[in-house]
Amino acid sequence: MAGKPILHYYNGRGRMESTWWLLAAAGVEFEEKFLESADLDKLRNDGSLMFQQVPMVEIDGMKLVQTRAILNYIANKYNLYGKDIKEKALIDMYTEGMADLNEMIIILAIIPPEQQDAKLALIKERTKNRYFLAFENISESHGQDYLAGNRLSHADIHLVELLYEVEGIDPNLIASFPLLKALQTRISNLPAVKKFLQPGSQRKPPEDTKSIEVVKRIFKF
Amino acid sequence: MAAKPKLYYFPGRGRMESIRWLLAAAGVEFEEELFETREQYEKVQKDGRLLFGQVPLVEIDGMALTQTRAILSYLAAKYDFYGKDLKERVRIDMYTDGTLDLMFPIMASPFQPPKEKEEGLASAVKKAKTRYFPVYEKILKNHGEDFLVGNKFSWADIQLLEAILMVEEMNASVLSDFPLLKAFKARISSIPTIKKFLQPGSQRKQPPDSHYVELVKNILQI
Repeated sequence: MAGKPILHYYNGRGRMESTWWLLAAAGVEFEEKFLESADLDKLRNDGSLMFQQVPMVEIDGMKLVQTRAILNYIANKYNLYGKDIKEKALIDMYTEGMADLNEMIIILAIIPPEQQDAKLALIKERTKNRYFLAFENISESHGQDYLAGNRLSHADIHLVELLYEVEGIDPNLIASFPLLKALQTRISNLPAVKKFLQPGSQRKPPEDTKSIEVVKRIFKF
Repeated sequence: MAAKPKLYYFPGRGRMESIRWLLAAAGVEFEEELFETREQYEKVQKDGRLLFGQVPLVEIDGMALTQTRAILSYLAAKYDFYGKDLKERVRIDMYTDGTLDLMFPIMASPFQPPKEKEEGLASAVKKAKTRYFPVYEKILKNHGEDFLVGNKFSWADIQLLEAILMVEEMNASVLSDFPLLKAFKARISSIPTIKKFLQPGSQRKQPPDSHYVELVKNILQI
C-alpha cells in the first residue's frame, strides 16, 4: 500500500504520457519500468497484462490496463474529477475529445511517410476548428480559471498536455485562442506541474525517428 | 426533471447502441431523434449542442452530453451500474474499455471498402476468441459468481452481452470454447429489462445494412 505506483511502458510518450502528467500534477511519485521486447513477452506470459497490452500501471495492489481506466482511477483517487457525477460527465466529455485529437497525433508518428502530410493537415484543421475552438468557448462561457467546476481537474491537466503537444507540431495553432494560452500558463505555474516541465523530470521527449524504430521493434509492427 | 433522456443519432446501432442497452437495462424510457436527412443533422449541429460537432448526443438532466464513453459512464453512475467503490469501478472501466476496443472496429467495418471490411471482421472475431473472451471466461471462473464485478449486475455485464451478441452475428459458434460465457449470456439475457430489450418492438436497432451505410455516408458527406 505504501509502494509507489509502477508504470510499465516503453521509454517514450505514446499512450502513457497522459498518465505521467496526471500523476505528476497530483504530486505523486512513481517508478518506471521501460520495456524491451523480452519484457513485454514476459509480462504477457505471466498474466500481468489483461488484454496483452500496455500501458500497465501497478497501483494499490492492482495491475491496471486500458489508458482510460488508469486515468479515471488516478483522477478519482486524487480528487481531480469534479464534485459530482454531472461535473464528472463534463470532464469526461472534454477529455474524450482531447483523447480523439491525441489519438490522431499518436498515429501521425507511425503512419507511412506518404500519408503524413494529409494527416498533419487534418490534425491542424481539427485542432483549430473543432477542439481548441470548443475549449476556448467553454472557458469563455464561464470565465473561470479551470474547465469544469471552478477547480483543477483531470481535464485541465490533459488539455495543457495537449497544448504543449500541438505547440510542438505548430506553434501558431494556439495563437487565436487567448483563454487557452492563459490556462496553459496558469496550469504550468502550479508547483507540481512546473517541476514536471523542468529538465530532469520523468517527462519524455517527443517521438523522433529513433524512438519510433524502438516502438516498432518492441511491439513488432 | 422528469423529462425522458433524448437520444440523437442515425437510425441504426453505431456508437449509440451501447447507450440504448444501458438505458434499457436500467428500465429507463427514452426518446430518440433519428436522422433521416442531412438537414435534420445540420440543424442539430447549428444549434450548438454538439461540442465537437459529432453525435451521439444525449440530452439528459439539463446537459447536452456527447462522446460515447462520457455518456456511458454518466449513465452507469446514475443508475447504479458502476460498482460500490473505486476498486470495483476501475475493474468495470477496464472490462468495458476492453469490450469497446473489440466492438468499435466491428462498428466501423460496414463503412470500409470490401477487402478492409472482410479483414477487419475476421480480425475482430480472432481477437474476440483469443484476447477478450478468454479473459472474461477466466474472470467468471475465478470467482464463480453470476456477474463480472462485485457479485452485482453492472455496466460491465451489459456491455459484454452486447459484445457477445455482436460477434455471434458474424460467427455463430464463437462461444463454443467458453462454457461460462454461454451460461452468462443466457443468464443476463433473461434479466427482465434485458429480455424486453431483446424482443421485437424494443428500441434496439438492427445490424447495419447497405441502406443504412448509404444514409450515414450521405448525411456525413463521407
